[in-house]
Amino acid sequence: MSIKVLYFASLKEQFGCGEQQLDSTNIKTVGDVWQLVSTGHTVNQSVLHSVNQEYAELDTPVKAGDEVAFFPPVTGG
Amino acid sequence: MISILETAFDPWQSIVGYQQAMQKDGEYGACATFVGTMRDYNEGDDVNGMLLEHYPGMTEKHLDRIVEDAKQQWQLLDTLLIHRVGELRPNDPIVLVAVWSVHRKDAFEACRFIMEDLKSKAPFWKKECVVEADQQAQKNRWVEKNTSGY
Repeated sequence: MSIKVLYFASLKEQFGCGEQQLDSTNIKTVGDVWQLVSTGHTVNQSVLHSVNQEYAELDTPVKAGDEVAFFPPVTGG
Repeated sequence: MISILETAFDPWQSIVGYQQAMQKDGEYGACATFVGTMRDYNEGDDVNGMLLEHYPGMTEKHLDRIVEDAKQQWQLLDTLLIHRVGELRPNDPIVLVAVWSVHRKDAFEACRFIMEDLKSKAPFWKKECVVEADQQAQKNRWVEKNTSGY
């Protein structure tokens, strides 16, 4: 299945892109997506996640067509 | 009203303009406001610029929810929330929260609630341009976390 993955702020810089399409049959949760995309990267900070623009947990299920995003703690305001 | 702006704004003008346009003269007895402004220092370093990034779509969705949550908890007549993105300079306003209500308790508490929720959950990120101690070089660094407001 195909999933749109977004990265923001320092994670976007570290991963070298802001968006990618992920095609895999083994994805069931946000944690599965993170496992796939973070392999080969050393991430030394806490990472927040969202599915379809709502905060999510690592065990939140994902389905084809979902938009999954990873980003560092927010610092607005 | 919620607004994400890529260009500089004057929060005081915004409050006056919005208050006139909402046509509730005589109804409100209180307006509480918060304005966040960019400093020219952070963590002991001089800062001369900032880039504010956000997650388009999720930002608006989240800010809508914060304001709706506030309306559930307090009796509010109107709210105005403006947040900057893009390039900022010291002294530029970053965020405005203005809340109108009949009495001050609702306005004060809702304004604080909206601001604290925004600071801890709305998907914005700051990258600041830091001037090195010898003034000869600059470096960019992401702000790691917001301070607690309580």
